[in-house]
Amino acid sequence: MTDYAIEFDKVTKRFGDNLLFENFDLKIKQNEIVSIIGSSGSGKSTLLRILMTLETIDAGMVRVQGESLWHMQKNGAWQPANERHLHRMRGQLGMVFQHFNLFPHMTVLRNITEAPMHVLGQSKETARAQALELLRLVGLEDKADAFPSELSGGQKQRVGIARALAMKPSILLLDEITSALDPELVDEVLEVIRKLAAEDAFTMILVTHEMYFAREISDRVCFFDAGKVVEEGPPEQIFNQPEHERTRAFLSSFLSV
Amino acid sequence: MIEFDWDWAFAWEVLPLLLDACLITLQATLLGSMLAIVMGLLLALLRRSRWKTVSYSAYWWMEFVRSTPLLVQIYFLYYVAPEWGLNMSPMMTGVIALGMHYGAYLSEVFRSGIDGVGKGQWEASIALNLSPYRTYRDVILPQALRSMIPASGNYIIAMFKETPQLSAITLLEMLQLAKIMGSENFRYLEPFTLVGLIYLVLSLAASTGIRLAERRFPKEGFTLS
Repeated sequence: MTDYAIEFDKVTKRFGDNLLFENFDLKIKQNEIVSIIGSSGSGKSTLLRILMTLETIDAGMVRVQGESLWHMQKNGAWQPANERHLHRMRGQLGMVFQHFNLFPHMTVLRNITEAPMHVLGQSKETARAQALELLRLVGLEDKADAFPSELSGGQKQRVGIARALAMKPSILLLDEITSALDPELVDEVLEVIRKLAAEDAFTMILVTHEMYFAREISDRVCFFDAGKVVEEGPPEQIFNQPEHERTRAFLSSFLSV
Repeated sequence: MIEFDWDWAFAWEVLPLLLDACLITLQATLLGSMLAIVMGLLLALLRRSRWKTVSYSAYWWMEFVRSTPLLVQIYFLYYVAPEWGLNMSPMMTGVIALGMHYGAYLSEVFRSGIDGVGKGQWEASIALNLSPYRTYRDVILPQALRSMIPASGNYIIAMFKETPQLSAITLLEMLQLAKIMGSENFRYLEPFTLVGLIYLVLSLAASTGIRLAERRFPKEGFTLS
């Protein structure tokens, strides 16, 4: 296993004429928990979406578990990854979305078993047993047969986490997973993440606005601004003694809200 | 004054024959709509292809089929295609013409139904590494189907009402038979009125059926497996 679960190496990403990342570098160690904070439009979510292959890159290289994500080598030359390569690489990654993106027409159980059965080739029994175990982990074992519309936001997001975990990723991408929730439902979701963090079995990247949670759970916090990591370090440093003016401004705007 | 004398005896005589011919009409509609659904789905999927040649070809095919009259297509398949060695019975020709014609219309319905499924559903499918086939089959189409029912149903009823055009290539469906009955007996009132009534009753029944299907279609829990 390589030292780094994720490496961004001089990555450039454009949206039309808009240059978001230019020569962007970031390395994340195995089983490291990294929180990414910053104002909207700073590229936080795009970083996760590039990793989940939902957004392409324009230049540079992204490596996941030491292997290039968006490129593959053929006869010694690099070329854009084909669908098969992407499919294989995605096996390392799991993502939880801000708006859950559960499949509304499927039961909670089927939401969780769908991919393990049809992608990993698990038998129905195996997938079901694993799903029930994951539902226990997120505290929803009694909701297996419910439909997403019958769940609260917090419950939906816990199903979202269980669904991502069912694919046994080594890297978990959490994209503002509590931003769409009522404040009183945030904790039940964060509690699940706390449990996962304690297992120390995943590399986790959290894009979040929950500053207290980021501080509590992260090994490292990165402050993003305009597609750059302006400042990074252990949470105590970022939250107690931010060095950069913009970090201070961002954090103070947050604490005053 | 225009004379309007309805001959009940004659009407009762032609009705069973017309109902028999109605089975031909229904057969053409049923097979035609099955082909149209397959064609429509295929075209809708091809139009979403990331290869521009494929999506443009599908688009222009659809435009071409929708912009030429059904009757011309029917004549073409029946009278011109045999010159290229493609000999088909009137029924076969009719089914293919109806299927292709309405397939082009249905592809638009299917496409907008598929487009109506949120972006998040596609993204979740990618994140879960589902294949394109699984994504369509298990995630997208079951959700799109509900919104596709009313418009697809209306097109299939429209197709049913277009079947008399197949009389032009000697398919012995209802209208063709009514014409023959009329000319043999020098009475057109009863056969044509009855044909109209049969279409009316069946179309009304079908549109009621579609409304029911739409209302009863489960909001959730509908999957294709």
